[in-house]
Amino acid sequence: MGKVFAVIVVVIALASAVPIVTHHWFGTAIELRPPQDISTHGHAIDEQLSETMVEAGLSFLAAQLLLAFFVWKFSSRGPTAEIKTFPGGAKWLVIAALALVGTEMLALGVLGQRAWATVYFTPAKPDALQVQAQAGQFAFYFRYPGADGKFGDLHPDKIDEGNSNFFGLDPANDVDSRDDIVSGELAVPVNREIHLLMHAKDVGHSFYVRELRIQQDFVPGLDLSVHFTATQIGKYEIVCTQLCGLGHYNMKAYLNVLSQEDFDGWLKQKASEQ
Amino acid sequence: MFTKRCFRALFTVALSPGLLFGAATISGKITYTGTPAKAKVIDMSKEPTCAKQHPTPITTEAVVTGANNTLANVVVYISAGAPEEPNPATQAVTFTQKGCQYIPHVIALRPGQELKVVNEDQTSHNIHPLAKVNREWNKSQPPGTPPLSEKFDKEEFIPVKCNVHPWMHGYFAVLKTSHYAISGQDGTFKLPDLPAGKYTITAWQEDYGTQTQDVTVSGNDSKTVDFTFKAKPY
Repeated sequence: MGKVFAVIVVVIALASAVPIVTHHWFGTAIELRPPQDISTHGHAIDEQLSETMVEAGLSFLAAQLLLAFFVWKFSSRGPTAEIKTFPGGAKWLVIAALALVGTEMLALGVLGQRAWATVYFTPAKPDALQVQAQAGQFAFYFRYPGADGKFGDLHPDKIDEGNSNFFGLDPANDVDSRDDIVSGELAVPVNREIHLLMHAKDVGHSFYVRELRIQQDFVPGLDLSVHFTATQIGKYEIVCTQLCGLGHYNMKAYLNVLSQEDFDGWLKQKASEQ
Repeated sequence: MFTKRCFRALFTVALSPGLLFGAATISGKITYTGTPAKAKVIDMSKEPTCAKQHPTPITTEAVVTGANNTLANVVVYISAGAPEEPNPATQAVTFTQKGCQYIPHVIALRPGQELKVVNEDQTSHNIHPLAKVNREWNKSQPPGTPPLSEKFDKEEFIPVKCNVHPWMHGYFAVLKTSHYAISGQDGTFKLPDLPAGKYTITAWQEDYGTQTQDVTVSGNDSKTVDFTFKAKPY
C-alpha cells in the first residue's frame, strides 16, 4: 500500500510540473507567453519571476520525490520499529533542511531585491517628465504642469466635477494652475523617463500597467511616486488593482505611449481643451 | 358642519382652473455680462463605448451660452405668490443617460412627480442625486435594465452625479409650483397661463446662483422680465 502511495506521489508531482514547464519555457500559444514588456526595467522583473519559478519548482519536485522515497523505503516497517524525532534524533536532517531552505529564501530575497530596487528604491532622474496621477472613485486623472513647468496647488474644497475640475485647482487665485493640463488618459513620450507623482482623493487605489511591470498602490494622505520609461509606442490599459468600492471593476484608464512629436501635438491639443 | 363646508368651498376654489391657471403670461430672456468660464472638453477615454458616440467631443455644461450672451439651462419659476397646487403632476419626467451624458442637463419636476431614469448606454451607470433636504440615494443601473422610478418630496435643487463617470453632471430642480420654465440656447423662457396676482419670479443658474424679481399681472397681461447674470471667468 505504501509503495502504491509513493508511486502516486511521484506521478502527481511530475504531472503537475509538466504543464508549468512547457507553458513557461516552451509555450508558443500567445496566452501562455508572459505579456509584452514595454519598459526598461521589466526584463529584470521577468527574469526574477522566472528564477523564482525555477527554484520553487525544483524545490517542489525535490520535496515530493524525497517524500516518495521515504514512503517507499520505510512504509513496510513494522509497528515496533524505532522512529527518530526531533528534538532528540534526526538532528542533522533538520539542520540540513533549515540550511537548504534558508539559503534558498535568502538567495531569492537578495537577487529579487535587485530587480525591485531598480524601480522602487532609486530616485527618478532630474530631467524625468513629471506627471501627477490622481486616483478617485472610480477614475484616474492625470495632470501635466503646462508651459510654466509648475503644478498649481490643490484645494480639495474647489473640486467641481461639473466643471471638470477634478483636482481642485483654483485658477482664479493661483496663476500656476492656469496652464495645468488635466487628462483622463496618461499620454507619455516613448523612451523618456516618467516620474509619476501619485495621490489618492478618497480611498486606497492602485496603479497597474501589466506591460510596464509596474504596480503601485495609492494611499490616501501619502505622496507616493514611481518612475518608468516606456519603450514601445502603443496603447495599454491602466487598471486599479486595489478593491476601492462599487465601481472598482470599471476603474481604468489608458496609457498612450507616443513618439515625442506626437506627444507634443497631443499636449498642445489637450492644452486647448482646458 | 360649518368648517367642513368652508373646507369644501376652499378646496373647490383652489382647484378651479380660473384661479390656478389664468391668461397672463410672463416671458423674458436670460443673458450674462462679463466673461464666462471656457467650456472644457470632456475626456471620456476611460469609457470607449461612450467616447465613440461623440465624434466631436462634448464640453462641460455648467454654463451653456448662446449667441448674444444668452444663457441656457436657467430654471425660471414662481417662487412666491402662486396659488397652492396640491396635486402632483401625473406625467413622469425622463432623465436619460446617453453617451455618458445626462440628457437634459437640468430637469424640473414637482414633489411627488415620477422621475424616470433611463440608461441607453452599453455601460453601467450609478446615478447619485446629492440631495440634502430630500433623501439621498444612489442606484446602479446596468445596461439593458428597465428605467428606474423615483420621486422627491420636498422643494430642492439637487446636483446629480454618476459614481462611475465623474464627468457626468446634472441637476434636478424640485419645485412646488407648476409654473416654471428652463431657458433654451436662445436664453428665452415663458411662463404662460398665470392667474392675476403679484409674483416673485426666481431665475436659478447652477454656477451663478439665483436672482429674483417681483411682477404683478392681471387679466391677460403679457409682461417681460429679463434676468442678467454676472459671469465668472473661473
